Amino acid sequence: MPEVAAWLILFLPLASFALISLVIRPIRGAESQTAAYVTIMAIGLTFALSIWALVSTVSAHGESHYPVHTWISAGEFEFAVGILMDPLTAIMLVVVSGVSLMVQIYSVGYMHGDSGYARYFAYMSLFTSAMLGLILANNLIQMFVFWELVGLGSYLLIGFWFDRPAAAAAAKKAFIITRFADFGFLLGILFLFFNGDAFAAQGLNVFVVTDIYKGVELGLLTIGVAQWVALGIFAGAMGKSAQFPLHTWLPDAMEGPTPVSALIHAATMVAAGVFLVARFFPVFELSLVAMNTVAIIGGITAIFAASMGLVMNDIKRVLAYSTVSQLGYMMLALGTGAYGAAIFHLFTHAFFKALLFLGSGSVNHATGTFDMRYMGGLRTAMPWTYITFIIGSLSLAGIVPLAGFWSKDEILTHAFNRGVNGDTISMVVFLLALIAAFMTAFYMFRAVFMTFHGNFKGGAERDPDAHAEHPVHLEESPKSMTLPLIILAVPAIVAGFLANSIFDLGVIPGHWMSHFLDYIPSVHVETAVFSVGIAALSSVVALLGMGMAYLMYIRRVISPEDMPNALRPVHTLLYRKYFMDELYETVVVRHVFYSGICYALDWVDKSIVDKIVNFCGWLGANTGTAIRQVQTGQMQAYGMGISVGILIIFAIFLFLG
Amino acid sequence: MSLENFLVVAAIIFAIGLYGAITKQNAIAVLMSLELMFNAVNISAVAMSRYIVPVSIAQNPQTGADQAVQFLLTGQVFTVFIITVAAAEVALGLAIVLSIFRQRASIFVSDAAELKN
Repeated sequence: MPEVAAWLILFLPLASFALISLVIRPIRGAESQTAAYVTIMAIGLTFALSIWALVSTVSAHGESHYPVHTWISAGEFEFAVGILMDPLTAIMLVVVSGVSLMVQIYSVGYMHGDSGYARYFAYMSLFTSAMLGLILANNLIQMFVFWELVGLGSYLLIGFWFDRPAAAAAAKKAFIITRFADFGFLLGILFLFFNGDAFAAQGLNVFVVTDIYKGVELGLLTIGVAQWVALGIFAGAMGKSAQFPLHTWLPDAMEGPTPVSALIHAATMVAAGVFLVARFFPVFELSLVAMNTVAIIGGITAIFAASMGLVMNDIKRVLAYSTVSQLGYMMLALGTGAYGAAIFHLFTHAFFKALLFLGSGSVNHATGTFDMRYMGGLRTAMPWTYITFIIGSLSLAGIVPLAGFWSKDEILTHAFNRGVNGDTISMVVFLLALIAAFMTAFYMFRAVFMTFHGNFKGGAERDPDAHAEHPVHLEESPKSMTLPLIILAVPAIVAGFLANSIFDLGVIPGHWMSHFLDYIPSVHVETAVFSVGIAALSSVVALLGMGMAYLMYIRRVISPEDMPNALRPVHTLLYRKYFMDELYETVVVRHVFYSGICYALDWVDKSIVDKIVNFCGWLGANTGTAIRQVQTGQMQAYGMGISVGILIIFAIFLFLG
Repeated sequence: MSLENFLVVAAIIFAIGLYGAITKQNAIAVLMSLELMFNAVNISAVAMSRYIVPVSIAQNPQTGADQAVQFLLTGQVFTVFIITVAAAEVALGLAIVLSIFRQRASIFVSDAAELKN
């Protein structure tokens, strides 16, 4: 594929952003439909180009070389931008642009009549463009720029309804937490830069990804350096991918429009962290400490987020915790060395999670609320939404043969095999992942049963917190909304089976994705051996979760009202999200930050910095007053001064010169 | 008559002029003192061109005829030039003194101290 086409992948959405914000919105008005069509066209073309990129990367066996272009040249330092097109990039491009395209089409209907219609599509274009730029970047600096742009895009979109205080607060929270984490990423980059002498000696650029791969192969990175670089990069990834303990922003990000949540959760923002760790996987592999950190944080996040998902009443929050938990899965897969499985799970998860979010948006469109306590019985009114939501839930729960089953199973198999071979940490995260799989199945079917089964409980009319813009009307959403649901349901069923099947499928060879990713230099992707035992175990666990949800919410053998009362402390702990928000708000922000660090900094500012500044001003003013007295205004006095001065200079020359 | 005699006279006149320019209250007297300083400079310039330049030309045989004439005349042309400038300056100075006198009925230099402090 020619270089121009590769650059267009990034620049088409960016052009759409510029066109909407500079031309369409000022001329056609804030509610212009044209904005939506421009965005869909740009991202549709991007999707076509991404497919082309994938096909050409496949036929080139992962080898595509593009020239670099000098961006900054200052003395010895030279910084060049360029495109890296390897199997990881190609797969990510298709996922991001494909999901984004579906979300844009869905948004046409969902955002209809919103006063910020054009602005919404402008931001969506920017956000997609930033994510594509991150994927395509061939060096760390370029990557960091787009990484921050992704953060900006999420800020703008989460706070899209900025007149709602909750949305504005959520946007700030997301931005500050991810920005805080990015500090680690930046430190990692700087640390790598200051330890890059060995790279320069070999003629390699320490910022360029392929050069880092080569450096790792040549042994230019010591384990100590690799460890800190990897941990720094992982810190950035923890923020973006909402890993424990920096996960608190993601559930709050639900304040944005639902399609934004779908985009953030499925393809763009949170996938960025996993992508980043995958991109620097060879560096991580050098350090056991870094790998174990990734695995443990991933495992903890998987179970921790899933447990909170069990008790949430807001359907979007259930999905949000589910995302956090699934991202934990991807991280623990990376941490246990299952590179292929992690990317495979990212790939399948993108489709069914986008589907589920768009489904929850469709439900909201009808009921006006997100609170599942006021839903129920939507099965008959919204058949398409119901069917697609069920497909997404089954896929997420890991029911054979849907997409989620294959990818989750590969992660579990890998962790189990490593664990059996004596790696304790792999065994621990395997168990964590297994418990999380049970919780996943339970909370997803709890959501399905509460939303679609039983009797309708009033929707927005009963929910005091709903922001309903129109009366409750129980009917199927418009075609522009159900169509993306149906389209996304297809990959949610077959993507896992087709992309990384366990045996040859005609034109698609078995383990296609693993073999494709194996083309990346210095990344060794193991093809997981399908294990019937693990598959059966995970299926049983998932079915148990579903069965428990069925017993509680359909048969009511165990009353969902009595259960929390019986386990009151546990329920409160989960419902209040382990008091993490309170911990951050009270302990970290109020005590450590306000009364600790800020107080000290305030003291330093007021009594040292301000004093110095004031002293400088005082000194200037008073010196001026003193010297001013010399200016008498008497010209003859000045003449006297000049003459005496000349005489003194003469004298110096005569007697000393 | 040697160069020293001229230079001593020039120095004495310059010192008198400088003293007058610094001490005299009356602006007219200050202008006159300035004139004295100009003329002291003129005397020394003419004397230099008479005594120093021919010697240096004689010591540097490479100097061509055109250049020699230039060197010889430089001091004297300068003197004429200074006289012209001084005349113009006095005219200007007197005009300023007149307008100051019209405004405040005084030609004392010490009274024009608006730029104090």
